Amino acid sequence: MKAPLRYHEFDKDISGCGIFGVIHKKRGLIPGHMPSCAMATMHDRGNGLGGGFAAYGIYPEQADKYAFHLMCETEGALESAREVITKFFTIHDSQPIPTRKVLAIKNAPIVWRFFLTPKRKGERPTFRDLGEEDFVVAVVMHINAKVHGAFVFSSGKNMGAFKGVGFPEDIAEFFRVEDYRAYIWTAHNRFPTNTPGWWGGAHPFTLLDWSIVHNGEISSYGINMRYLCENDYLCTLMTDTEVVAYLLDLLVRRHGLSRKLCSKVFAPPFWDEIDRMPPEEKRMYTALRATYGSAMLNGPFAILVGSSKCLWGLNDRVKLRPLVVAEKGDMVFMSSEESAIREVQPDLDRVWMPKAGEPVIVETEV
Amino acid sequence: MLLTPINRNYHDFKIDRDKDLCINCKVCVRQCSYQAHYWDENRKKVMHDNSKCVGCHRCEALCPTAALNIRQNDSEFRTNALWRPVFIKNIYKQADTGGVLLTGMGSPVDIPIYYDKLLLDASQVTNPSIDPLREPMELRTFLGAKPDRLEFEKGKDGKPILKTKLTPQIQLETPLMFSAMSFGSINFNLHIAMARAATKLGICYNTGEGGLHPSLYMYGKNTIVQVASGRFGVHRDYLNAGAAIEIKIGQGAKPGIGGHLPGEKINAKVSETRMVPLGSDAISPAPHHDIYSIEDLLQLIYALKEASEYRLPVSVKIAAVHNAAAIASGVVRAGADIVVIDGMRGGTGAAPGMIRDNVGIPVELALAAVDQRLRDEGIRHRASIVAASGHRCSADVVKAIALGADAVYIATAALLAVGCTLCARCYTGKCPWGIATNDAELAKRQNPEVAEQKLINLIQAWSHEIQEMLGGMGLNSIESLRGNRDKLRAVGLSQAEMDILGVKHAGK
Repeated sequence: MKAPLRYHEFDKDISGCGIFGVIHKKRGLIPGHMPSCAMATMHDRGNGLGGGFAAYGIYPEQADKYAFHLMCETEGALESAREVITKFFTIHDSQPIPTRKVLAIKNAPIVWRFFLTPKRKGERPTFRDLGEEDFVVAVVMHINAKVHGAFVFSSGKNMGAFKGVGFPEDIAEFFRVEDYRAYIWTAHNRFPTNTPGWWGGAHPFTLLDWSIVHNGEISSYGINMRYLCENDYLCTLMTDTEVVAYLLDLLVRRHGLSRKLCSKVFAPPFWDEIDRMPPEEKRMYTALRATYGSAMLNGPFAILVGSSKCLWGLNDRVKLRPLVVAEKGDMVFMSSEESAIREVQPDLDRVWMPKAGEPVIVETEV
Repeated sequence: MLLTPINRNYHDFKIDRDKDLCINCKVCVRQCSYQAHYWDENRKKVMHDNSKCVGCHRCEALCPTAALNIRQNDSEFRTNALWRPVFIKNIYKQADTGGVLLTGMGSPVDIPIYYDKLLLDASQVTNPSIDPLREPMELRTFLGAKPDRLEFEKGKDGKPILKTKLTPQIQLETPLMFSAMSFGSINFNLHIAMARAATKLGICYNTGEGGLHPSLYMYGKNTIVQVASGRFGVHRDYLNAGAAIEIKIGQGAKPGIGGHLPGEKINAKVSETRMVPLGSDAISPAPHHDIYSIEDLLQLIYALKEASEYRLPVSVKIAAVHNAAAIASGVVRAGADIVVIDGMRGGTGAAPGMIRDNVGIPVELALAAVDQRLRDEGIRHRASIVAASGHRCSADVVKAIALGADAVYIATAALLAVGCTLCARCYTGKCPWGIATNDAELAKRQNPEVAEQKLINLIQAWSHEIQEMLGGMGLNSIESLRGNRDKLRAVGLSQAEMDILGVKHAGK
């Protein structure tokens, strides 16, 4: 798309962070207490300006519906958002997200969830040509860009994000995270250096059933966002993580790259490594780097990507941020610090530090 | 001096000879191809004529006793903000000759240099800077059209196999190339030097519009062959000799007109390579007479692709003019794999001064506008962008890449590396440094091996500096800088300028 006027005049948040993720390969349900405890161990990796969780498998009764989580500054904003949603979707359920009052959490927005199915193409006011997933993305972008004071912070099926300004353990208490049970959890503790703290800016960052938690600063942001704009994604949230989410959507969902190949776009092998590969592989990696150079994530990062079938961890190609992986039975843990894993699972079968740029992809077996 | 014509009085330079140091050895007499120094038989000593001095500093450099200093002539006109000396002198010259004023090299006039108003970023605390002495720092660049996506299939062992076939690319080990300087405008010694330097560096040099001497075909993998409106030296073998073919539509130093090579510079070897008669002026037509519109360009692009059996990328070089963005968009849609944008500070062997100093726009603005337009139209991947004109140092190159260039062409800097002093008299064919001349006596002042090493040194030095700046920004690969305008901040530019460049003001 054509870049909006003064698209280069963005303000971007800069932050350091702590991340944690866990997956049960047999889809056994893990209580919310576990990620919350793990994050509390890494309290010092954040500064109280952002914490959050994403959970998969939490809405089994509504598993075929898109679960939209919204945060709204006012009742009016919620009403405006509801009006937009009504035009594009059939609303099956509409309810406040359960919360409790927490001393440490101030100025919480109204948090609400809708369970939705998209209207048929002919019944939509616009976006009639889009396939279902592209359509959902388009409506989410539309609400986030156009409906003042309303923000969709999760839009997948049978999953949801819970996040806000505060330490993760306080956010967990606020959203009653301990009441949910999920087969994948991702969690985040944030240390922003320049934002006053905005609920939407907390992680996980989600789109459809993708959720991303991210520790790092993406030095290539300036070109990543322009590349995304060429591909019809507008970055509006002032965070690095947003570009990771959109790039994932573009590369994996739209371009059909495998997670492994997508990891190699984000953190490509060095040319001297490529030069030593067998011819066919060399041709592939050369093409990958030449074609997707603008999608490379340069700078320090450790990211965890959740989706309905998979937990996926990745470091930048010189490993400038910590990431440790551990296994226990059917569970696989990924975290900034081993201490967080040991806190919730003291006895582990295996613990290792993945190499720079080497993705760890764990899929559910059922 | 009473009878001296007025234009000889107001010469540009003054030769300052220290009488105590001068030993009358006549080195200066032999070195000066403009006869500014001469032996006065009556006085039995070396004398000079200031009006003939072009300010090349050759005599000064070779004087064994350091007796010479070349200075600006301090004789001054009455101060006048409108009638500055350059205009007065030009009028005197034209009143004498009735001709177009010819000049050489890039424009010396005060055209805004946006690179000077753009500052680079560096990492502090929240992301680490990367040290190129200890970590990999990658500059490898591929020029050519890229697909918008790649497709893979699963191999027998489950590993992915690339299905998409990429169109031809040029591989550069550093995002720099030697820009088009034809054989004829500069001499054969420098063409060999460029060819060998480019080969050793893993980059490319451009033949310019004067053809390619068969003895240089062996460097073809690192050669871009140019096709300009004069079609000098263009034939089937030539088109297939290089790594890419470049159609020269325009040149930044002289948009709207064709190349000039004065007959004085056309010796036997140049004549043979260019396929023009000995000693005749080789003047390229202003337009290509088979390109009167964009659809004609498309035909030429595909004619060249056919002629080279689709093995080579085709580049189109345009001068940076007012509608550069729309023109470049058309060029990409016409099938060009590479678009070269040559700004108005670009050099030339010969151009009318009026055109050089007044036509076109600075490359930074054109580059930024082209890059943004191609992205807005979703076709940026279909062509690489090469920026050219007056890139003086590695920081200029870094800024060009951050604005959106894939690579940068350098030519003036390459000539400076082999000793050019920018005296701007290339069109006379008398270059005292042996660069822009085909006079055998003068040309041998350039030793190809020495010149080759100087060119290699320059590119290596700049590449190291680019790596340092890249690492400082927390990046370890050049593709993360390309189009990354967040790494630039403007100082003292207007809102309109910043909007075109797509950069924020410093402090924001």
